[in-house]
Amino acid sequence: MSRFKKQVSKEVPAISTSSLPDIIFMLLFFFMVTTVMRETTLIVKTKLPEATEVQKLEKKSLVSYIYIGPPIQSKIYGTESRIQLNDYFAVVSDIQEFVVLEREARDEADRKFLTTSLKVNGETKMGVVTDVKQELRKASAFKINYSTRRRVVKKE
Amino acid sequence: MARKIPAINAGSMADIAFLLLIFFLVTTTMDVDTGIMRQLPPPPDPNQEIPDIKERNIMNILVSRSDRLLVNKKMGNIRTLKYDVIDFMSIHHDDPAYPEVTLKSIDYIGDVYTTKGIISLKNDRGTSYNMYIQVQNELAAAFKELRDRLSMQKFGRKYNKLINEDYIDAINKAVPVRVSEAEPEDVGGN
Repeated sequence: MSRFKKQVSKEVPAISTSSLPDIIFMLLFFFMVTTVMRETTLIVKTKLPEATEVQKLEKKSLVSYIYIGPPIQSKIYGTESRIQLNDYFAVVSDIQEFVVLEREARDEADRKFLTTSLKVNGETKMGVVTDVKQELRKASAFKINYSTRRRVVKKE
Repeated sequence: MARKIPAINAGSMADIAFLLLIFFLVTTTMDVDTGIMRQLPPPPDPNQEIPDIKERNIMNILVSRSDRLLVNKKMGNIRTLKYDVIDFMSIHHDDPAYPEVTLKSIDYIGDVYTTKGIISLKNDRGTSYNMYIQVQNELAAAFKELRDRLSMQKFGRKYNKLINEDYIDAINKAVPVRVSEAEPEDVGGN
């Protein structure tokens, strides 16, 4: 009768780790696809102000950025707020050319949807921002977005 | 004589994948760009005449160099600004203290009273951007509230919960964001 009795091993079998690389690869691909690499290196500090009535900026390919704030290397460039376009410091008169170039880089059908996002440091004075806005008006870039962080409202 | 190719040890594959994974984890920024959308007016035409707007239709908001508010020549407060704007832009029939109202016929809503009020925003060159955004934020909140009210009244749901594009258009027409920014100049003040 004992011929049906199996030899039961007492040891717990080791968990197979052969599918571990697959799981990790799956995570890896997820992060690779969702990652957006920064295109420009910031040379000005932009600590954005906070607001509650914010809207999401859709279609990132149709957004051109203008950064305004005090230079990060304040020992060399001082603490006065400067404008950054692409990777370089710029002056107010460069903005019209920048807008034209940005417009030219886009598909003709998409040009009218081009939004200019102003990433401005909160401590910056409005003078330079007003100048930039005037230049944008001259360059017919009317859609602008004041970039702000979303303020979390405490529930009472 | 055919030699057997030894199987490649795949045990370290997981480690390599982990390494890459951690790199992407660290470099990923998940933040979405958010902000306040605004439409700039076209540059002023020198031949164009300045439109004559009645005093009672304008709410003047002035932000001084030291980030203080002046609302219709009185000291204003950022906390009450939203309610001041809502009060000003609401419909008040035959009240000379408030802007004029006109009856407008809009598709999907029908006849509705709209205000002729305009918010005029002026800031100094020395105003901080933080303060300017706070004011813009309060104005946006006020108009959102006004749109919510009309939308609740007409369609029974809030403005940002509306799905039908025509309804959204109708509300936009009935409650336009009428914020006029003055041509920049040094308004001074402390």
